[in-house]
Amino acid sequence: MIDLRMEYVSPEGLRLDGRRPMEMRQIRAEIGAVSKADGSAMFEMGNTKVIAAVYGPREVQNRSQITNHALVRCEYSMANFSTGDRMRKSKGDRRSTEISLVIRQTMEASILTHLLPRSQIDIYVQVLQADGGTRSACINAATLALADAGIPMRDLVTSCSAGYLNSTSLLEDSAGGPDVTLGILPKLDKVTLLQMDSKLPIDILENVMQLAIEGCKAIANYIREILLENTKQLEYRRGV
Amino acid sequence: MEQRLANSWRMPLNDNKFIEAALLSDLRVDGRRPSDHRKLTIKLAKQDGSAEVHLGQTHVVTFVSAQLVRPYKDRPNEGSLSIFTEFSPMADPSFEPGRPAESAVELGRVVDRGLRESRAIDTESLCVLSGKLVWAIRVDIHIIDNAGNLVDAANIAALAALLTFRRPECSLAGEDGQEVVVHPPEERDPIPLIIHHLPIAITFGFFSIENLLVIDPTNEEECVMTGRMTATLNSNGDVCAIQKAGGEGVSQRFIMHCLKLAHSKAIDITTKIKDAVEVHNNERALRKIKRHPSSVAMDVGGAPAGIGEKQNQLVGVEDGTGLDKLKLKEEENFMECEATPSGQEHSKDGNSKNFTGGPSSWDPYSESVDPDLLKASLASRGPSVPPSKPKDSRHETKPKEPPQEINTDLSPIDKPLTGGQSNEGKTLKDAVKPKHKRRKKVSSNNEN
Repeated sequence: MIDLRMEYVSPEGLRLDGRRPMEMRQIRAEIGAVSKADGSAMFEMGNTKVIAAVYGPREVQNRSQITNHALVRCEYSMANFSTGDRMRKSKGDRRSTEISLVIRQTMEASILTHLLPRSQIDIYVQVLQADGGTRSACINAATLALADAGIPMRDLVTSCSAGYLNSTSLLEDSAGGPDVTLGILPKLDKVTLLQMDSKLPIDILENVMQLAIEGCKAIANYIREILLENTKQLEYRRGV
Repeated sequence: MEQRLANSWRMPLNDNKFIEAALLSDLRVDGRRPSDHRKLTIKLAKQDGSAEVHLGQTHVVTFVSAQLVRPYKDRPNEGSLSIFTEFSPMADPSFEPGRPAESAVELGRVVDRGLRESRAIDTESLCVLSGKLVWAIRVDIHIIDNAGNLVDAANIAALAALLTFRRPECSLAGEDGQEVVVHPPEERDPIPLIIHHLPIAITFGFFSIENLLVIDPTNEEECVMTGRMTATLNSNGDVCAIQKAGGEGVSQRFIMHCLKLAHSKAIDITTKIKDAVEVHNNERALRKIKRHPSSVAMDVGGAPAGIGEKQNQLVGVEDGTGLDKLKLKEEENFMECEATPSGQEHSKDGNSKNFTGGPSSWDPYSESVDPDLLKASLASRGPSVPPSKPKDSRHETKPKEPPQEINTDLSPIDKPLTGGQSNEGKTLKDAVKPKHKRRKKVSSNNEN
């Protein structure tokens, strides 16, 4: 494992998969992946592929939970076939519970919940292929799905991760080492999600965070394009 | 999904506004400044590997245990560390019995990531036999009372418990060297874990008003605040984990400011934990010295049957191993009797004074008898005082030996040495009231 890390960025400045340190994986998004849902999207980052569906705003199912804010719920799950070796159980373990919570609170920060009293919004995200960065991909997919469902939002939250190895910051890095996952509100330039593992000195963390923010902004631009494209298509179909 | 709002207490709007308005002028409802922690008290039990932390009203108890297991296939020579949380419904009305709620899972994951991903605990040293047997360390965190900021309290409790935890020593035996022998604590001194650094979690609360922040939010503040961030740092200024799971957005500059603030707080808390652990280790070393002298043990063992009947405690001395643990506990109990008047946190000097007084209450030749302590211990003995008199006379057959040994063992540095002999010298049962013993017995049964 150590040897692998030593050679992680080759002398030519390329990573194992041929990317440069500051380069993101190929991203691809598609709106409308689930026909029954009010809004849905598919998001791909390299080999990571997730699908998100949004139901709502609809009436609150559990009457005791009615408030004058919209109730946001989120469920994250990983398909059994999403990883290399087949997973035994994916639902309800501690990791997916935590990621559900993280995604829910991140989306809650961007949704204008006070405009939707006594209603609930359900977000379901499912990982179809996992190859690192699933929580980032899920947040990006959820943002697209929420926008597709027409739910009022402050901003489009986008998320991206960055790592650090051998004194170089790496964007979207899935092999060991410190890993910083960031979610931002790009227009307000505010960080809403920040998760970090491993050990990093404070000033290096600042650089890594900066890199991740750039990544988030790039994704935000792409998501905006996709949404614009989608709106144009809708317009065209209506024959306006 | 969760029943988030089903059972939770809702803050009155007026309180809500008051807290925010007061914060604008740097005031908090409990009189702290925004970047102050509540009072932190760390209590370490006599037993190794358990800690009790009070952070203001928040109360967390942690217990560490270890077990020999087969290692994970991908890591054949690494032990494991796992964190379990228990949110008792007693602590807060929003905690429900049954499956752990999201907050419980998050707390466990945050503490776990801080300790594990930063490699604070050396897991390779937990390997006994590569690919076959490793130690699995289990940390159980119990929330007794929730008055806000559980993560910080749980993290401190987990660290303190891990610092005092000791696992039994193992060695390999057999012809092929593949047989694992676990040495009981009486035989070889248990060894502490190797801990490289202390990752301290510091929680910040953010509010909807920009650039408003509090450290160590209370329950009320947690209701009002719109975002939280937990940063886990060690005293060297390395960030070990950050958890900001959504909520209010803050700028990057503000986050860096928080991290710098967290660094200075982490240094404070590290010293507090280290002090508490040092006091605990000193006490532990002193306890060891007390049960050391071997000649006394023989004396007690050979006591006439009449005395044995009078003093229940003496009966078990000859049975050896089975009761050893129990006896140990009794001694601890005895120690407790002594220690209580002198207060919870005595300095090193206080300890050594305690020590000279300690043996004197049961060792009649020691010259330096502290009259107060003697009186106290006699009083605690109660009805069993008379039987201890014949013991005095018996001791005269074996003169001088015990005090000499005690003198050589005065410094706690001799720990491992004394550890070897200690099991022979469990002599002090007679110093404990029978009532105490029974209570301890019950508790030890419960643990098993």
